Amino acid sequence: MKVLTANRLTDGIAVWWCETDGWIETILGAKPAASKDEEAALEAVGTEAGRTNFAVDINLIDVNVVEGVPVPVRIRERIRAAGPTNRTDLGKQAEGKLPPQAAPTPFITPANA
Amino acid sequence: MYRYDEFDQAFVNARVAEFSDQVQRRLSGELTEDQFKPLRLMNGVYLQLHAYMLRVAIPYGTLSSRQLRMLAHIARKYDKGYGHFTTRQNIQYNWPALADMPACLADLASVEMHAIQTSGNCIRNVTADHFAGAAADEVADPRPYAEILRQWSSVHPEFSYLPRKFKIAVTGAERDRAAIQVHDIGLHLKKNEAGELGFAVYVGGGQGRTPMIAKKIKDFLPEEHLLSYTTAIMRVYNLHGRRDNKYKARIKILVHETGTAELSAQIEQEWLAIKDGELKLPQSDIQAIDRYFALPDLPARPEGDEAIKLARLDSRDFGTWVDQNVITHKHPDYACVTISLKGIGEAPGDASDAQMNLVADIAERYAFDEIRVSHEQNLILPHVARADLKAVYDRLVEGQLHTANAGLITDIIACPGLDYCALANARSIPVAQEISDRFADPVRQQEIGELKLKISGCINACGHHHVGHIGILGVEKKGTELYQITLGGSGDEVTSIGEIVGRGFAPEEITDAVETVVDTYLGLRLDKSEKFLDAYRRVGAAPFKEALYGSDAKAA
Repeated sequence: MKVLTANRLTDGIAVWWCETDGWIETILGAKPAASKDEEAALEAVGTEAGRTNFAVDINLIDVNVVEGVPVPVRIRERIRAAGPTNRTDLGKQAEGKLPPQAAPTPFITPANA
Repeated sequence: MYRYDEFDQAFVNARVAEFSDQVQRRLSGELTEDQFKPLRLMNGVYLQLHAYMLRVAIPYGTLSSRQLRMLAHIARKYDKGYGHFTTRQNIQYNWPALADMPACLADLASVEMHAIQTSGNCIRNVTADHFAGAAADEVADPRPYAEILRQWSSVHPEFSYLPRKFKIAVTGAERDRAAIQVHDIGLHLKKNEAGELGFAVYVGGGQGRTPMIAKKIKDFLPEEHLLSYTTAIMRVYNLHGRRDNKYKARIKILVHETGTAELSAQIEQEWLAIKDGELKLPQSDIQAIDRYFALPDLPARPEGDEAIKLARLDSRDFGTWVDQNVITHKHPDYACVTISLKGIGEAPGDASDAQMNLVADIAERYAFDEIRVSHEQNLILPHVARADLKAVYDRLVEGQLHTANAGLITDIIACPGLDYCALANARSIPVAQEISDRFADPVRQQEIGELKLKISGCINACGHHHVGHIGILGVEKKGTELYQITLGGSGDEVTSIGEIVGRGFAPEEITDAVETVVDTYLGLRLDKSEKFLDAYRRVGAAPFKEALYGSDAKAA
């Protein structure tokens, strides 16, 4: 499944497309496309966001839905949805905009756990 | 330090006005992203994972207190209270808004700073030995030549659209602290038998996906020919460098595919046509730039040795710091201080606005108002009276900047990696933090001795892993991070590219693997004086492979 994401032009902040609320600052409300037609509809939204200069670096990304929340498949996108993993005081994770299911894998080895 | 003349300031101000206009036109929709992207990159503005990133140029890593305070101000006002010092002796901010860039650049221009040519296929910030002008082992200060190169290369009309980015480094000592042999052009400032200054010229070094050691193409280039010869190199590269494949576009590939002898002949031919023309540097011009970099008037402070002796009795930690982070200055009463930005468990190269302000205060009070950024992501106070070392140390303690680990295993270079960078495949900073925590014990670090550990989060090698005594490269494999270890790399006067030891390690394995490598070294070194790199060069990879992979070593 895929969700639509981008960076907002004015400040570069990561945003996701929510069917009801438009572009939002958390992946929590992003609705995954369930079919090729829905993917095409998301692509059209992305094209429009680029054309109207709302967003840049617009992409459809792969997600799995875990407990109703879209969780990016790639760790890159999980970190993008959260913020830097070495600074959990910064980014979405610090602003209450990160569903726990979507958090990136912590970088902790058994020796330090 | 170099100070802007009227022309410099007018040029930078005009550039701020021009880019402000471009930003406004982008925000209004007059410019598309395709049109705007090359313009923002020419002004150091990238788009990363979480936000825009602004990379600010710090020419040859030299800063005044006033400039460092402005960098702190930028961090506080436009970012989230910190900045990241880079391996190109620059600083980058991770969170500025595009709409704030004009104000940000105007603030920088007010202290003679900018972000021009910190991106794009142009000549990037010229780097130099971070102890330049101060080190006891230096023949001459390389920074005047770096400054001449900076002036010549700034918006050079012929070299603003090269096949690929281009990096130049200059060192003024036999001991290469600027890693010149892994640069597109490396310049080693030296004297000939007649006592005249000139350069050994190296071309075609680099890291990235195809690491190569530069080839020496000239033993001694008289200083007056610096620009004519560099121009000749650039022209040959600009004409013949590959533009069909960005991964083969650096000059190292041209050197490799053409052959050193043939390429040298082409450069020589080009040079002969221009060497005695307008690019030949008059001595008066060199001397005029030299004066900006004159050693400060350092008053005699012979009480230093006694002061240090007494302070050592008072504080063992101070003594350890002096032994590890202080090196010999050309003036016997003075020293060069490395301020570690590698606190145990901290992100390498990061400094808060408060820490930057503190260092600026210390530099103003005790270090003749001068700070350097090292390519190893530390800050340097190049001129500190030995008598003031304890006072400097005490101030550094206030800012948690007193870690005594310069050159040790926790003095790690790490790129921002996947925590910030849009190009990265794996995280770098948390790997560095974990290794730092594991080897936190200062006694253990001292026992291990000099060990340069460098981490990159992708093959672009911004973390210099190819020249780490221990290098770590993060890759993505089947959706997870994996870390390859290389051993035996070095970025000094005996440059070598590290060898991959075998299969990679999962995030939860990599710190153990590094510990295994270190323990293996400790077990096989001849004695404590045999450093890791020397031991590796003596025994090769086999014992390390055996320790890491056991019976799988041969397969690995």
